[in-house]
Amino acid sequence: MSFPWAKHYQPKQPLMRWLDEKLPLPRLVYNAVGAGYPVPRNLNYFWNFGVLAGAALGIQIITGIVLAMHYAANAGVAFGSIESIMRDVNAGWFLRYAHANGASMFLLVVYIHIGRGLYYGSYKAPREMVWLLGVVIFLLMMATAFMGYVLPWGQMSFWGAQVITGFFSAIPLVGDTIRVWLLGGFAPDNAALNRFFSLHYLLPFVIAGVIVLHIWALHIPGSNNPTGVEVKGEQDTVPFHPYYTAKDAVGLGVFMLVFALLLFFSPNLLGHPDNYIEANPLSTPAHIVPEWYFLPFYAILKSFTANFILDAKLWGVLAMFGSILLLFFLPWLDSSPVRSANFRPLYRKFLGVLLLDVLVLGYVGGAEPSPGVILLGQIASIYYFAHFLIILPIVARSERPRPLPNSITEAVLEKHAGLGPTKSAMAN
Amino acid sequence: MVRIIASLVGAAFVFVLGLALFGTVSEWVSNPPVESAEHEFHHHPLDAGLSSAGFFGKFDRRQVQRGFQVYQEVCSACHSLKYVSFRDLTQLGYNDAEVKAIAKGWKIEQPTINPDTGEASTRPNVPSDRFPSPFANDIAARAANNNALPPDLSLMAKARHDGANYIYSLVGHGYVAQPAELIRKFPASKTPTGLHYNQYFANLNIAMPPPLTQDGQVTYADGTRASVDQMAKDVSAFLTWTAEPRLEARHAAGFGAVVFLIIFCFLAWGAYQNVWRDLKH
Ligand code: HEC
Ligand code: HEM
Repeated sequence: MSFPWAKHYQPKQPLMRWLDEKLPLPRLVYNAVGAGYPVPRNLNYFWNFGVLAGAALGIQIITGIVLAMHYAANAGVAFGSIESIMRDVNAGWFLRYAHANGASMFLLVVYIHIGRGLYYGSYKAPREMVWLLGVVIFLLMMATAFMGYVLPWGQMSFWGAQVITGFFSAIPLVGDTIRVWLLGGFAPDNAALNRFFSLHYLLPFVIAGVIVLHIWALHIPGSNNPTGVEVKGEQDTVPFHPYYTAKDAVGLGVFMLVFALLLFFSPNLLGHPDNYIEANPLSTPAHIVPEWYFLPFYAILKSFTANFILDAKLWGVLAMFGSILLLFFLPWLDSSPVRSANFRPLYRKFLGVLLLDVLVLGYVGGAEPSPGVILLGQIASIYYFAHFLIILPIVARSERPRPLPNSITEAVLEKHAGLGPTKSAMAN
Repeated sequence: MVRIIASLVGAAFVFVLGLALFGTVSEWVSNPPVESAEHEFHHHPLDAGLSSAGFFGKFDRRQVQRGFQVYQEVCSACHSLKYVSFRDLTQLGYNDAEVKAIAKGWKIEQPTINPDTGEASTRPNVPSDRFPSPFANDIAARAANNNALPPDLSLMAKARHDGANYIYSLVGHGYVAQPAELIRKFPASKTPTGLHYNQYFANLNIAMPPPLTQDGQVTYADGTRASVDQMAKDVSAFLTWTAEPRLEARHAAGFGAVVFLIIFCFLAWGAYQNVWRDLKH
């Protein structure tokens, strides 16, 4: 319970009272996502994306468990088992397309969720732990999605696994040994497919566990808000239920609508045609690319083409992992006490450039390599690292933020009066 | 401390990227990339105009049946359809008796084991069988096709970019004389013997001999004039079905889901407005 004025759970029904004494589970829910959790009154739609990510995880787990009833994790039959899911299992096409596109929706939602955190400074004190756990979830999701993509055992599954596990062989001396140990062989094969399936089944539940910690850590300081100003009193908050349950329902509806359009009308839009060709270790695809959500990182990997003390490949691998791991240090890289970019004109501009930069990296990651594309990728990679590791710490110290409102309520009332600092802000 | 280390790490990455960038530029200048024949002469597929395309797309049953006839009479000599069963043809409007007859009359029989002698043998197809491969195995397939493997066609329409249009263009309009300009500009890219120039194939030289060569190659049961263009369109429609037999069910379910969700969104929006009506936010 975060604030003294939070409502208390008072079951009236005898059965609920009885349950509350023996096992206060309804109380837990009430305090976590019910009327017992006070939330700033001024959250905009970007605050829907956490709930949406939770919904997406739920969809992945449910569709995944049913798929696993029909899927066979054996290199000889995996591809065929997916085809029989698509053709012979009742509504199998629906399960499979829901799961494959659900992964894309999940990552999309999480990217927006992370972007929200960057824009509104949600990673800063007192919410560092929430942010750190979030980065852990993101890493687990990437591992889960990568291993899931291997399961249909198509050409991109196989060659993607080949390329990604190949990263480990960049480690000096022991790299190849580690790679063979991880794969259970010299190339992805039955042993690799089986362990990937096992882990792909396990990790979503680990993610669910880390999400519990993520929300637990969040509920100690409570949610951030578009002004970035801390809650000062009861007038600044509303109970999560019904206010934000109602708002999240709208977000969920729109999310499901986008998901449905993708799933039912363009289910292969985000996939790669080569994954409808069964894995063939003897035939390398002309152009190996990962799923869209990994493209920016893949572009960073490929941008390192020069040896310098270390091998270019090792630099690429270090940079690719580094590009995500640096997020762990963000709370300490950005020393500005102001959270919301609405009040940080300079930071806001750089963040805009970063967004563009990541989109460019995504394009480069998927494009056929040509000198122009490689050059673009190198410039964009330079900006990516410079942004987080060099520019951000300097901006945090040199920029002069705009005056902050005294409280959330003041900001809200000023906005309604049509003046005040939040007028031009992107908050609703 | 964190900031100092971070800026050093950042500087290291930026420096190495700078080196790499310098390398890219100098390589670009000293060694500009050469144009390739594929890059210049490869064509994007034509539009087959299939009725299954688009949001409300449905199969044109008669067209798909004609396409099946093209597959049966032409393509099945080299290509298997290993994920499709004879009984699936009922989805195209054939009745059970017709499917049984088609299976029984199929030229290639199912491999089996003689129950008396245990020797390898064959038997006529039944509706629950998958379409058999015309070759005993990949080696036999390669031996008969100039060392190229005719791929299984079940998923072909999804296994290429813009698959349906690609198949139509490849077999209907791809086989043209190799342009003289190509040979002049890229003498090394002259189509080798045994391969065939095809302007829609990724590397322009395909091992498949032109399968549809003359109008009237197939005599359609429904009397449609079998021009090469028509046969190519029809077989592309058939292969769209084999790749995605549940397409119509998907579109129908999608239509229902979208209508439901739009109503849901309006109701949720109304509830949201109602809950928040007294609160400035
Ligand atoms: C004489 C044997 C033969 C016949 C008949 C034949 N094909 Fe092929 N086909 C091949 C071979 C061999 C390949 C492999 C070509 C290669 O890889 O260069 C192939 C490849 C293909 C491909 C894949 C091209 C790609 O992008 O890899 C498609 C699509 C195709 N055939 C469609 C058809 C259709 C449709 C028909 C019937 C109208 C047909 N084929 C009839 C031998 C044949
Ligand atoms: C974090 C949540 C999850 C993510 C991001 C995820 C992602 C993916 C992806 C990208 C694929 C490949 C889809 C394709 O192209 O075919 C896949 C396949 C699969 N996943 Fe998951 N998944 C998740 C959870 C689960 C769970 C909980 C299960 C089962 C308990 C599961 C079981 C499967 C199975 C059986 C396949 C193979 C079927 C197929 O390829 O369609 N997944 N997953």
